[in-house]
Amino acid sequence: MAMRHRAGATLALLMTTALLVAGCNGGDDEAPAENELYKNPVTLTWWHNASQDGPGKTYWEKVAKDFSAQHPTVTIQIEAIETNQLQRTRLPAALLTSDPPDIFQAWGGGEMREQVEADYLKDLTEQVKDEVANIGSATEIWQVDGKQYGLPYRMGIEGIWYNKDMFAKAGIAAPPTTFDELNQAVTKLKAINVIPIALGAGDKWPAAHWWYNFALRACSVDTLKKASVDLVFDDPCFVKAGQDLKSFIGTNPFQPNFIATPGQNDPTSANGLLANGKAAMELMGDWNRGTLETVSANPEALKKFLGWFPVPAIAGSAGDAKAALGGGDGYSCAKNAPAECVEFLKYIVSPEVQKGYAETGTGLPAAKGAEAGVTDPALKSILEATSGATYVQLWLDTAFGSTVGNAMNDAVVAIFAGNGTPEKVVEAMKAAAKK
Amino acid sequence: MTSINPTRIPVGGADAPPAGPRPARRSSARAAETRRKWYEIIGLTTPAIAVYVMFVLVPMGFAVYYSLFRWRGVGPPTDFVGYDNYVLAFQDPVFLDALRNNAIIVVGSLVIQGPIALAVALLLNRRFRGRAAFRLLVFVPYVLAEVTVGIMWKLLLTGDGTVDALLRQLGLGSFVQAWLADLDVVIWTMLFVLTWKYVGFAIILLLAGLSNVPPELTEAAAIDGASWWQTQRHVMLPLLGPTIRIWMFLSMIGSLQAFEVIWVTSVPAVRSLGASATMATYMVDNGFFARLWGYGNAVAVILFVISFIAALLFQRFLLRRDIDGAVTGRRN
Repeated sequence: MAMRHRAGATLALLMTTALLVAGCNGGDDEAPAENELYKNPVTLTWWHNASQDGPGKTYWEKVAKDFSAQHPTVTIQIEAIETNQLQRTRLPAALLTSDPPDIFQAWGGGEMREQVEADYLKDLTEQVKDEVANIGSATEIWQVDGKQYGLPYRMGIEGIWYNKDMFAKAGIAAPPTTFDELNQAVTKLKAINVIPIALGAGDKWPAAHWWYNFALRACSVDTLKKASVDLVFDDPCFVKAGQDLKSFIGTNPFQPNFIATPGQNDPTSANGLLANGKAAMELMGDWNRGTLETVSANPEALKKFLGWFPVPAIAGSAGDAKAALGGGDGYSCAKNAPAECVEFLKYIVSPEVQKGYAETGTGLPAAKGAEAGVTDPALKSILEATSGATYVQLWLDTAFGSTVGNAMNDAVVAIFAGNGTPEKVVEAMKAAAKK
Repeated sequence: MTSINPTRIPVGGADAPPAGPRPARRSSARAAETRRKWYEIIGLTTPAIAVYVMFVLVPMGFAVYYSLFRWRGVGPPTDFVGYDNYVLAFQDPVFLDALRNNAIIVVGSLVIQGPIALAVALLLNRRFRGRAAFRLLVFVPYVLAEVTVGIMWKLLLTGDGTVDALLRQLGLGSFVQAWLADLDVVIWTMLFVLTWKYVGFAIILLLAGLSNVPPELTEAAAIDGASWWQTQRHVMLPLLGPTIRIWMFLSMIGSLQAFEVIWVTSVPAVRSLGASATMATYMVDNGFFARLWGYGNAVAVILFVISFIAALLFQRFLLRRDIDGAVTGRRN
């Protein structure tokens, strides 16, 4: 593949640009185009969700610039759009038109299934075999009926982020590995007057993720896989998940008024509680390292006390104890995007670019060969746990698609608010599947 | 209009077509005048009508059309379901909560803002030092962007936040509530924030209305020995009637469509539990976040119809005297 020939040049270029001011790399030249690609000038429009100023956004700008420097016929126009805007309004509307962006954010799962049915996406199966082999089973999330429609650049499982100092102070010797141990830890943390677990139920999904984890423990992998494709939720394990959640909420592990606490992005959020030493734990994905830092008053202290452990197992449950919930971010190419789009996508998930991405600390890289870019100890333990997981279940709201996902999250939040029931969650999911 | 109509002048002049009996000529002249009047009307109103049709009527038509489909915004709508989406909306307890919340906001805004605005406007209409500064202060919340107001109050009202601390320091600790988290309290919190935001608008409107009252009337009242209070009650208030009614109308329509402040101030969980949802937030939550585009359009149509009927009833019964001839048709 052309990719490998260019690997050396890319690396050199990466290092040069790292040293040079961004505007000074115009002089770098690249070997002439090897094939039909890159003959005619093309402009790729790229919509991604790193809209906040920071290392993530800057890095994508650099990636686009580097690619254009290697392939002068390609111009890349970036539009960075806040996730909700991008996913809920901008992208669906743009895809309905005849002029969608060429390469854009893709979360896989149920939504991608619908996009493929509407014939929006380019089938990449033949062109990205090497990349799929390198990334591994995570690419399944961006597959529909065995065909590849996107590739992930960020992938990670969720777990519990915790304050090591508080655990020591409360006399918790090792991170809990079962829910019984977690309950004991909660009791001990209450004794030292800290919030045992911070919960951003205000944004709905952080609360719903607790239910997902109980479902993952209660349901067999086959049940979950089947549910994602057929949207059938008859298995009693889905009700069991709600019952387990209800009894867990009954132990009062969360801060008061969690129903109005936002998840992340401001100091009053659940992130803020953990980052600023008010709460001991928080259930959250791999991106949390970066988001905790943005709301932390003292990032240095945060770095010292922050730890991570996988979601505990439940003794005697049907689910796989080594299975984990996870998800990622990827990109897809529009059906009629130029061939250069696929090349650019391959460039994004190449180990060198992925390593640079990992170094930004905004998330865990999906490709192998980029591990060296992960230096944070908490992130390293996630990386280990991710590769050690027997099965990674995509976030249920993404896997089931927005409609079922939204109804499910609303019904789970109702349990948290004290006016929902485990049965109503399943009823809401079934009703939404028909909407 | 007719007195300054220039089209009259050339009619019947030297360029008028020859021959033909007088009555015919007169009628053709009249026809030319009518034609010219129509050209004028068309020429002046076309841009406005075009914009109105393009950006109001056509989207409205599309909304009605899409609302008849089970459609998630992927691919063209094909699954025609008739009025099912409308039935679904009225079966959803959260939508019914949203309707109730809108009703609370409509009535609450009128009942709370009206008296406050009237009192402050009458007060600010008197001469005193620093009146201009005071007027400006009162109007500031209305000038602030909705999102700014929403974020500000969200931070102030957060648990153990500034408002709670302030209340405790004033010895009013027992009044502290979970302003944004208690599902029974949150709609009243929203009403408070909306009142804070929009009362300035009511005050400015009423002040403008007051400044239109001729000073001769208050002078006459004073000569007749009326007290300040009597003057306000029997001279100012009646003359302020049209302004108050227009404000009520604007407030009602705004309350029915309440969105930004509530969207920003109250979190998604509290909205989806129905505690702070309005029709507009419900529409966006379901249309975009649950990706029920057909259903979302149905909710939009319901919101439109309710606002439209409310507006028509209000104009028919309360605004009739004020806008006679402009909207309700010519009266002899």
